Amino acid sequence: MAISSALIKEFSVICGKENVLTEEVDRMSYSYDAAVLTPVVPALVVSPPAQEELGKTVKLAYDNDLPITIRGSGTNLSGGVIPEQGDGLVILTNKLNRILEINKEDLYAVVEPGVITAQFAAVVAGHGLFYPPDPGSQAVSTLGGNVAMNAGGLRGLKYGVTKDYVMGMEIFDYRGELVKTGSRTVKCVTGYNMAGLMSCSEGTLGIFSNIIFKLVPPPKASKAMMAVYADINKASETVAGIIAAHIVPCTLEILDQNCIKHVEAYTKAGMPLEAAAILLIEVDGGHAQMVEEDTVNVIEICKKCGATDVRIARNAEEKNTLWEARRNALPALARAKPTTVLEDATVPRSKIPAMVAAVNEIAKKYALDIGTFGHAGDGNLHPTILCDRRNKEEFHRVEAAVDEIFDVALKLQGTLSGEHGIGMAKAKWMEKETNRATIEFSKNLRRALDPKYLFNAGKKVL
Amino acid sequence: MSEQTNSLRNVRQLASMLHELDDMLVSCMRCGICQSVCPIYGATMREADVARGKIALLENLANSMIADAEGVNAKLNRCLLCGSCQKNCPSGVNSLDIFLRARGIVTGYMGLSPVKKIIFRGLLVRPGLFNIFLEISGKFQGLFLKDANTTLGTSCSSLLRPVVGDRHFPALAKEPFHAQLSSLDTPAGASGLRIAFFPGCVSDKLFPNVPAAMLTVMQKHEVGVYMPPDQGCCGIPALASGDRKTYDALVRRNVELFCAGSFDYLITPCATCAATIKEIWPKLLEGHSEKIREKIGLLQKKTIDVSAFLVDVLKVPLPASSREGKRITYHDACHLKKSLGVSEQPRVLLNGLPGWQLVEMPEADRCCGCGGSFSLFHYDLSSQIGQRKRDNIVSVRPDAVATGCPACMMQIMDMLSHNNDHIPVKHVIELYAETL
Ligand SMILES: Cc1cc2nc3c(=O)[nH]c(=O)nc-3n(C[C@H](O)[C@H](O)[C@H](O)COP(=O)(O)OP(=O)(O)OC[C@H]3O[C@@H](n4cnc5c(N)ncnc54)[C@H](O)[C@@H]3O)c2cc1C
Ligand code: SF4
Ligand code: SF4
Repeated sequence: MAISSALIKEFSVICGKENVLTEEVDRMSYSYDAAVLTPVVPALVVSPPAQEELGKTVKLAYDNDLPITIRGSGTNLSGGVIPEQGDGLVILTNKLNRILEINKEDLYAVVEPGVITAQFAAVVAGHGLFYPPDPGSQAVSTLGGNVAMNAGGLRGLKYGVTKDYVMGMEIFDYRGELVKTGSRTVKCVTGYNMAGLMSCSEGTLGIFSNIIFKLVPPPKASKAMMAVYADINKASETVAGIIAAHIVPCTLEILDQNCIKHVEAYTKAGMPLEAAAILLIEVDGGHAQMVEEDTVNVIEICKKCGATDVRIARNAEEKNTLWEARRNALPALARAKPTTVLEDATVPRSKIPAMVAAVNEIAKKYALDIGTFGHAGDGNLHPTILCDRRNKEEFHRVEAAVDEIFDVALKLQGTLSGEHGIGMAKAKWMEKETNRATIEFSKNLRRALDPKYLFNAGKKVL
Repeated sequence: MSEQTNSLRNVRQLASMLHELDDMLVSCMRCGICQSVCPIYGATMREADVARGKIALLENLANSMIADAEGVNAKLNRCLLCGSCQKNCPSGVNSLDIFLRARGIVTGYMGLSPVKKIIFRGLLVRPGLFNIFLEISGKFQGLFLKDANTTLGTSCSSLLRPVVGDRHFPALAKEPFHAQLSSLDTPAGASGLRIAFFPGCVSDKLFPNVPAAMLTVMQKHEVGVYMPPDQGCCGIPALASGDRKTYDALVRRNVELFCAGSFDYLITPCATCAATIKEIWPKLLEGHSEKIREKIGLLQKKTIDVSAFLVDVLKVPLPASSREGKRITYHDACHLKKSLGVSEQPRVLLNGLPGWQLVEMPEADRCCGCGGSFSLFHYDLSSQIGQRKRDNIVSVRPDAVATGCPACMMQIMDMLSHNNDHIPVKHVIELYAETL
């Protein structure tokens, strides 16, 4: 359905003609995101130049019954910004990309939603502070997208995820009215914790206009190491052992055998091909001595739990080399076959061996190539299915395998998604993990905040 | 048959031609990581300008999901062919290959614009004519080029403005390099090495000092030089405009010309020419005979950037780097760093320049925005990108800027001149030659 030219004109009056995209070639590039799903071209694309125009755009669209999808950089992996049908509006946050304040005394920052994560982290670091959430897409993802997906990253175990840094925000509701929640203070109990509700809302409850983020002092020292295992159970025991010793590494990553093979094929860096798994561990802290002690203890635990080899990085260069394996996990897997289906099933960390074993079984059953890497510290695994989406028969097997991976994750008391979100891809699975009442509750909530069901229809809860 | 069904059928024909790219297109996983490095996207923030957007559009055109071939073509041309996306793509997508081939297919379908036709079909394939044309304009330009900025040696012309925009381009050399020296054939000296020398169009016509410096350096290090007369353009401007026919003809001509001599390395002071010979020629072989293909393979192996030749092959002795002296900063030409992987060697040379210290500018490897004829047809966008480069350069307060590509030199001079910055722009080899 086309949008009337009169209405398009109204959007142009609000945002400026140059910020309203009507041509098919332009609209088409907002029909997809990083999920392997069928694209849907929106009827109109608008990029408000400032917060005030964002509010007016939301109001005008809502008043005219236009479905609204708000889009950051379009890097989510669950179809979160693919319009449900071709009759709606996509609102871009890319012009709302100013850092409004960085407060070094009170340790917070105020930003617009279109600021790029890594750019923000770099500016914060320039002020001698630290913004820890580091999703793999941080070079391009937006902070608004991070909040709406509650993005995680490598540092999740020790430093938490995006929601742990949201102190407050301003949100446009469906009438285009500005709603305020939270504050610049560490403590704040004024009103509902709506910022909490908005974290992970995937564009379905309201449109963020600005966000207040907590900042922390950076660690003063860190140390990285790699442990090699002939048996993945022993890697898992190591993880449990480290936590039991009250050491919380800032990163604790795992690569399984198939993933190691692909990384070696791509980098030829001399990865231990016979290994069943490797762990990459980094400890950090406020004191070099404490970090040293933790390192010694972690090495001991690795060895006690049966690591066949433990390597420690003595300097920045060696640290870089150790991390190379992890950095190359996705590139290596992605290059192996045309299509990469990046999954995100998450289980309690003690269940990692069971989950990896199950994934390998599923790979065998459906004759698929699946490499698994992920965040061992928080049980967040990324089984990555390598395939070719043009091969219909194979892709059916991929879909069946994905369903089965979810099934196993739920059986192991895990969850559908640790960080990639529900979007369109997993909405039909929500009830299976929760129950009917949860879905009804979510729908009531959604109806109250979006009575016409126009905010990102078809995502999250159906 | 109505016009509409006719055009629909044509688009289907185009779609089937684009299917040849299918295997390359499908490897894009839509991760969006290319947004972080694409200079055009950095300036416009439009998804259609980034590699992911262009690849999606091509895929849709190939699958007949969009009929607006002209619209897609316009988007395809908004690209510097800088290769930043390809270099940083986690999925290893050969975006440059895709874009070059797609331009050829789409141009073949829509036809070349008349201006480009005259330039590419008429002049580039006939180096003699092209040179005469430029020589004539070189002689007359003094009449209407006024000195805009004497340090930089650029001039802008109100008369030429309709063609070149508000560009402060260096005056065409009074005498292009090939008029000073049309060919050369010297034996290997003490080094025991002989190079084939390909000056490249931009050096030849705008910066003849650069190839002259090259020859000084080779002479000094007793390296023999084979420089055949009547060299043609490396072909990239034609290819980038989708003119595969001209491109193939130019490649064939140069291949025959060079393979007639004997040499150990093929060297050009132009990063773009080097990258074209080494990375692009071997990828587009369809139009060539088996013999030519073999020769292209041979030239690919022998082609090397001049700094890499000096540092890695000749291993020239250099004084230790200095923390004092005049400040020089270095811009990584895209085709040098991203295509050929050469970034250390020019720095090694600059670090060894007596009386100079190397200071790194921020984002040294971010594209300067030239992109060959892109800067002519999208001057606003090009200068917006160039301004960022200029700001980065100026931020380190240099006494000179060095780079390894004459096309970048042209763009950077233009940007500095527009901002009234009096900072000379030099090719690394010019500076090195001065120390000999
Ligand atoms: C290579 C790669 C690696 C990745 N690694 C990780 C990882 O390690 N951890 C992780 O968690 N994710 C990861 N992701 C997924 C993705 O990058 C994150 O979900 C990210 O937060 C999305 O940000 P974006 O700006 O691209 O948002 P988009 O994809 O544009 O949007 C995501 C959601 O946010 C909503 N939204 C955006 N802006 C607003 C706003 N102003 N108000 C309300 N809603 C809004 C959208 O409607 C949508 O529902 C990865 C993706 C890729 C491609
Ligand atoms: S980085 Fe590569 S795979 Fe990712 S979107 Fe860009 S071209 Fe596609
Ligand atoms: S080649 Fe350069 S300008 Fe073209 S899409 Fe890639 S990064 Fe952008």
